[in-house]
Amino acid sequence: MKNPLDSIWGTVVGGFVLTAILWFIARWIVSSSLGSGV
Amino acid sequence: MEFNLDWVFRWFHIMAGIMWIGLLYFFNFVNAAAVKEATAAGEAGPISKYVMPRALLFFRWGAVVTWIFGAALLGNYRGAGENGFVAAFLLHGAMAPIGIGAWLGTIMLLNVWLVIWPNQKKLLGIVPATDEEKAKARRPAFLASRVNTMLSIPMLFFMATGFTSQSQGIYH
Repeated sequence: MKNPLDSIWGTVVGGFVLTAILWFIARWIVSSSLGSGV
Repeated sequence: MEFNLDWVFRWFHIMAGIMWIGLLYFFNFVNAAAVKEATAAGEAGPISKYVMPRALLFFRWGAVVTWIFGAALLGNYRGAGENGFVAAFLLHGAMAPIGIGAWLGTIMLLNVWLVIWPNQKKLLGIVPATDEEKAKARRPAFLASRVNTMLSIPMLFFMATGFTSQSQGIYH
């Protein structure tokens, strides 16, 4: 399988996918902390 | 008027960040394809000799200055009785989004200094390297640069949304 990082557009798409994944994680952390006073 | 250095840290963080990420995008969106074509035409020498050393100078030090002012900006922030730098890197509560951005920026800085720059020094002849060592240096330098380009996308997302109250709604 070709490495997506070999293509600049594969790299960009990878960046957007990673953004979505990390946004879910950030949202989960922020939501979990609500009410805990943090 | 209350004196706070927040605006100075933010201003220099953004200026240095534009220098760093601007050159990263130049390398990946413009230069990589240009060097490929120029190499095929036997004309890549001037790029390696005149452009890359200067671009890499501002690139690697831009990364350092960006990180230092970002760290100062976070350290200057006090929220929920905790230092902002510590809270961000420990991903505590509302500081988690900017903390993820800070971690991504830190990984990118380490990539610049520990992978890209040592390998580029060999490729550009700044340090002595055999043809075999140069051949070995090319792939890691390229991939680290591409990884940083990929990481810059979420990093900028969290920088843009993680530290301002008006964007916090997307995390609730």
